[in-house]
Parts: sequence; C-alpha cells; structure tokens
Amino acid sequence: MFDFLAEPFRYEFMQRAFLVCFVIGFTNGFLGAFIVLRRLALMADALSHSLLPGLAIAAIFVGLSPAGLLIGGLIAAAIVAVGGQMIARSSRIKDETAIASLYIVAFALGIILIKYAPVKVDLDGFLFGNILGVADRDIWTSYAISAVILLALVILQRPLLLTLFEPSVARTQGVRVNAMLTVLILLIVLAMLSSLQAVGVLLSLGLLVLPAATMYLLSDSYQAMSWGGAAIGVGGAQLGLFLSFWANIPSGPAIVLVLGTLFVAAYLFSPKYGIITRSLRPRHLHEESLERWN
Amino acid sequence: MSHHLLLDDVTVSFNRIPAVHHFTVELACGSCVGLIGPNGAGKTTLIKAIAGLLPLETGRIEFRGHEVTTGNNPGKAIAYVPQREAVDWDFPITVRGLVEMGRYPALGWWKSFAARDRAVVEEALRVLDLEPFADRQIKALSGGQQQRAFLARAWAQQADIYLLDEPYTGLDKNARIAFTEALHHLRSLGKLIIVSHHDMNDVPAIFDHVLLINGELVACGPTETTFTPEIIESAFTTRVFAGR
Repeated sequence: MFDFLAEPFRYEFMQRAFLVCFVIGFTNGFLGAFIVLRRLALMADALSHSLLPGLAIAAIFVGLSPAGLLIGGLIAAAIVAVGGQMIARSSRIKDETAIASLYIVAFALGIILIKYAPVKVDLDGFLFGNILGVADRDIWTSYAISAVILLALVILQRPLLLTLFEPSVARTQGVRVNAMLTVLILLIVLAMLSSLQAVGVLLSLGLLVLPAATMYLLSDSYQAMSWGGAAIGVGGAQLGLFLSFWANIPSGPAIVLVLGTLFVAAYLFSPKYGIITRSLRPRHLHEESLERWN
Repeated sequence: MSHHLLLDDVTVSFNRIPAVHHFTVELACGSCVGLIGPNGAGKTTLIKAIAGLLPLETGRIEFRGHEVTTGNNPGKAIAYVPQREAVDWDFPITVRGLVEMGRYPALGWWKSFAARDRAVVEEALRVLDLEPFADRQIKALSGGQQQRAFLARAWAQQADIYLLDEPYTGLDKNARIAFTEALHHLRSLGKLIIVSHHDMNDVPAIFDHVLLINGELVACGPTETTFTPEIIESAFTTRVFAGR
C-alpha cells in the first residue's frame, strides 16, 4: 500500500508535478469562490482564450519569458474584457454576446500569430499544459503568482465581498466597485498564467470553477466556499495526478475528471441542496405542522 | 449641527433626461417619510441620488451640515436598501453574516471584528426582531424578514437615514404589518426613514410624512394635511418634460 502511494514520488518530474498541482489547486480553488459568486465563470472562459494572441505577440517580440507572457496575456485579456463592456454599453449587443464575439476573434488571431513566433509555441500545451514537463522556473513562477493572488484576496476580502453581494449597497458604503471588479478580472488572468505550464488555460478553468461550484452546493458560508474550494482543488489535483500516473492517462484531464466527479456527487448528494437528498426528504412536515395545533 | 437631511435645488438626470427637477426639501430625523408618485416620477432616481449612487446635475444634498456626494457618504450615515429583486438570495451567507457586513465600512480592510462590533450586530438582530433566524441562510426567510435583515444591516452600519426602494412589493398583509412596526420602531429611535411606495391605501397607516413627486416636488408635509385627494390628483396629472 505504502509503495503504491510512494511510487510516483521516486521520479523527480512527478515530485515537481505534485508541488505545482498543490499550489495551483489551492489558488484556483480559493479564487473560484469569488468567480462563481460574481457569475464570472463564462467571463473566465472567454479570458482563457483571449490570452493566446497576447502570448503569441509576447513570444514573437521577447520570446517565452514569464514576464513577457504575463504582460502579453494581461493586455490581451484586458482588451477583450474592456472591449466587451464598451460594445455592450454603446450598442444593443448584450455583454455576453460582445465578449464571446471578441474572444473568439482574439483566439483566431492568436492561432495565426503563433505561426510567426520564432520559438515553437505548442497550441495543445497552451490549452492543456504539460505538467510532467514543469521546470523549476515554472514552479517558482506558480508559487510567486499564487502568493500575489492569495494576498490580494485576503487583503481585499471585505470590499470584494460587499461588491459580490450587492454592488449598489457596496457603493453607498464607500467601496470602489469597478476597481474591485477589475482586480477580480486581473486575478483570474494571473491565476490562468500561473497554471499555464502545468494544466493549460482550459483545465485551469476547471480548477477555477469546479471546486467552488462543488462548495456552493455544500455550504452556506462564503468563507467555507473559498477555503473548502482550495481544499477540494488541492485534493482533486493530487488525486488526479495519482490516477494519471497509475492509469497512464493525461494528467490535466484526469484532474478535471476527479473534480467533475466531486461536483456531480455534490449535485446529487449534498446534505442540503443535493437533488437526491432533497427528493428523499419527507415531503410534508406533518409532525411539526401538527405541533402548532397542540 | 441639525439632524436634518437637506436637499437644495437637486436635479438628477437619467440618460440625459432630468428625472428629478430642482428639488428642494428638508426632512427631519425621527420621521417615516413616504415617497409617492406615479411610475417614472423619479422615486428610484431620487433615492439613489440621496444614497450617493447618482451624480447631481445641480444643487446639493446635506446631512448634519456635511455635503453628500457620489462616493462620499459622511460617516456612512446613509444606508440604502435595494429592491428585493436586485439581491442574489442564493448568496452563501446567513442573516448574521449579512448584518455583520454593515460593520465593514467602520472596520475598513483590516481591523478585526471586536466585541463592540459583535454587540452592535446582536443589537441590530434584536431591534429588528431577527434573533430566531440569525443563523438561517438568507433565502430561507420570508419576504418581510428579508427586508428586515437589510434594515438590520443598516442598523449595524449605525446609519441615521434609511433609504428603501419599494420594500412593500410582494409582502402579504401580515408581513406588511410586521414590517411597518419595524419601521415605526426605527423612527421612535430617531432614525429618518424614506420609503418609495406606490400603494395609496396604506399610506396613512405607514407614514407620518409624505413627499409627493412627479419629476418635481409636488408637495411635502405631514400626512394628514398633505396626503389629500386634491394634492394626490395633482401629483398624478402634472406633466413634466420627459425628452422627445
């Protein structure tokens, strides 16, 4: 049994993979609560695709340095996010249509641009990552970005929470709501960049949304949602990595499938909000109801 | 330092069309004011302007000698209670958690939740009669209780002015009575409560003052002298510029 668990750790690339999964799972899971509560899941999906042209341009001009990728990705995501808002405000197009239009154009542009990058940019790698090819530098990048994200979330917890719950009341309480939403978008982009090498942007979205969605079905406390999301992110990522090692399947999809299974389980069996749990509950509260008349 | 809310020549526009015109009125703390007028009369606009959510085109709003501007709510003295539909009731938070949010402006980003804050939260739950429901998720409340939970949050903020936008919408008779009692309780404790309202029948039972508007001020005063058929009629028939 012990051998079974210890086996993957004999390989250095697996040790690295576990290290990186730990921090990515934690950070994305924690941030996910804010994404789900603000209904930004689709926005995050759009942002994930719009990173590509930014990364391609960065690769063309400065090569594949983390700083260049970071800035290129941020700019591309900002253009899509802000451009989407602008189109939505200045025309009859609603914001989800505007953002979807922009991000798919950005993605197409990105695919064309990566052809011109002097260094080889692998589209599969961008979308799905390569956790087994993680270098020491990538681990440090992930840890550094995660530290920034978690620090920002902890420091800004109160204004963020007020904003997520009810923006107009938050504004009357002196919260700069638009600044908070911008920070949140920025943190999503950072989280994706920190996960880029390991799981790619698409699977990063899974780590961002699934643990938080699972906790949303399990808990009535936003604190539990972010900390629980982080725990599920870490657990799911490690378990997925084990599975991928033993079953010889790609690690990113294995992680997402583990998280997806947990989500479906919560949807069915959550003590309070699970659909099966609810259907098994007695339909009428006869006893309690009768008490009123005694 | 007077405990008055002063609106002096206030004009607020919505999409370039002035929704509230040159509005001057003075309201005293310890009253429950009904904001009455036809649809599109600018009730919500006026409430949002007082809350500091909309910029003023002309004029000024003052409370206790301090000007209220967009993003500047002196001492967080003004609490805004949004329409019930504007709130995500699935949000994972309990009634107590919601009331605790009222303390955040006073605490800032960092200060930890102290015994005093906890005491204020408990007091808010007691004043608004929410103690038995404190640990419920906010969706598991009735409509009236949900409205009271927001009042409790405003209490925890130690607000002096409560701005409510159509709080009676969707409340049944019993809930209306309980909610009115809560408002009157707040009034007796010296708060100024401004409520936009569209049901004419229960106005005298709820409000001691009425503010009749239709784009501009039609009348303002004690309910018994101001809420008369003639004045109501003029509030609902005045025609104001509404763009072309």
